[in-house]
Formats: sequence, C-alpha cells, structure tokens
Amino acid sequence: MSLPGFPEAAPLAGLIGGVLIGLAAAIMLLGAGRIAGVSGIAARAFGLAESSMPRAGAWAFVIGLPLGAWIVTTQTAAPAPAFAGPVTLVIAGLVVGIGTRLGSGCTSGHGVCGMSRLSQRSLVATATFMLTGFATVALMNAFGIGGLR
Amino acid sequence: MMRDILVPLGAGTIFGAGLTIGGMTDPARVRGFLDLFGNWDPTLAFVMGGAVLVMALAWMLQRKMLRPFLAESFSLPDRNDITPRLVGGSALFGVGWGIAGLCPGPGFAALAIVPGEAAIFVAAMLAGMLIVRLAEGRG
Repeated sequence: MSLPGFPEAAPLAGLIGGVLIGLAAAIMLLGAGRIAGVSGIAARAFGLAESSMPRAGAWAFVIGLPLGAWIVTTQTAAPAPAFAGPVTLVIAGLVVGIGTRLGSGCTSGHGVCGMSRLSQRSLVATATFMLTGFATVALMNAFGIGGLR
Repeated sequence: MMRDILVPLGAGTIFGAGLTIGGMTDPARVRGFLDLFGNWDPTLAFVMGGAVLVMALAWMLQRKMLRPFLAESFSLPDRNDITPRLVGGSALFGVGWGIAGLCPGPGFAALAIVPGEAAIFVAAMLAGMLIVRLAEGRG
C-alpha cells in the first residue's frame, strides 16, 4: 500500500508495526505495571540507573528486542538497511545515551507511553526531540552530510 | 519469579517485531520522517499513531485496575514538572536521533539485522548513559 504524494512511505506496514509496539507497551503496563521505555529499561539492565524493576526482567525485555527483529527478518526477504559510518554512529550513540538519561526517556517512554497518557513531561519531551530531530536532519542536508539513501 | 521474566521477554519481542515491521530499524526511513523540509516520509507518523492509539486504550483500562494482571502493583512515573534537564536532555536526544536515524529501541533490535553497526551505536549509547551517571557522582 502506498500513500499518494509519498512514494517511499509504507503506511500499512507502519500502522501494523505501530499497533504491535502499542500492544507490547500495553502488555508491560497492564501485565507488569510498568512503562515500556527502552532507554530506562536498558539503563536498568546494564546497571546504569536505579529502578524498582527487577534486573532480570530488564534484561529479558532488552533481549526480546533483537529476538523480535530476528523473527521478522527470517520471514521476509528485505535487504539489510544502510547504517551510518562508525564515527557517525559513535557520535550519535553518545548523544542519544546522554540525552535520554538527562531527559528521562526516549521515543518509547515519552513518545508512545507518555503521550498516550497525556503526561505533560512527555508531551514537552516529545515535542522537543521531534523539533531538534527535524532541525538536525535539515542542517545536515543543508551541508550535504549524513545522507543514507 | 518466572512471570517477572516472561512478561518483559514477550513484550520486548513483540516490541522488536513491531519496530522492524514498521521500518524503524531502517535509519534512512527514520531520517526520511525527520526530513520535514525535504523528501518527507510520513511512515513514522503511522507507527507512532498506531502505538499511541493502542496505548491510549490500555491507559483507559489501567485506570480501572487496582493492580496489574501479573505483578503486585503499578510502578509508574508520577512527576509533572517541566525542568531544564528534561527539555535539554530531550533536545540532545533529538539531535542524536537525527544524526544517525536511530533511537534506543531500534538500536537494540538492529543487533539482529546489522550486528556490527548496531553494536557500535548501542555501545556508544551505553557509554553516554555511563557519562551521565559518572557526572552525577553516582558511578
């Protein structure tokens, strides 16, 4: 399925993926009573944050992420996506790690779980990282760096 | 207890599958969404919309529950204060997200797709988290 005017968009796959992400977050909320925030759970798993979440559970969630990705990729013949070069990945990773700890969350915790709860903090956080994300890509494109496709 | 492992393992697996199906493990697609002033790819809006819709229903249900189905109690954030730390941290995160087209979830999920590149990103991200912890004197 394609979207008129946006030949590269995959709205149906996006929606299905999104519903699955919402379902996973709902299982965490209604089953375990917790927010499915990846940055916070990962920090907990690697001993980089205090949390009431059992560390084994945090590890289980983190291990599930590539497991789910692996299951999907074995069922499809999609080519491996292009990633940025190692230096760019290191810079981006450092900034994402620092930013998500200071900002208490990322796209999953603030963007999915917090926005759907109408949390003021999450609405502000999501609006902020969206804006700086737009600005970063616009600036990189203006200087002709970082293109992946 | 077994359920303390199986619930997050199941949730993480479904989460990782959803990220992959939705195209979020493809940095070019994520950067395409962030390229608002260029060749915009709205796919991420559908991913976010679908996830937020399902979670909005989950929150409606949660408000009627005294305790979670498979745990003793809810452990949910209750802060409402907008701090410079929240805004500054989120601003930084958005910059990093835009640079490589990766956020934490897809970073981990991509370990099963492009292990080498994803491992570099994840290791640097964990280093960034460690830097914050050390800077706050809780090393």
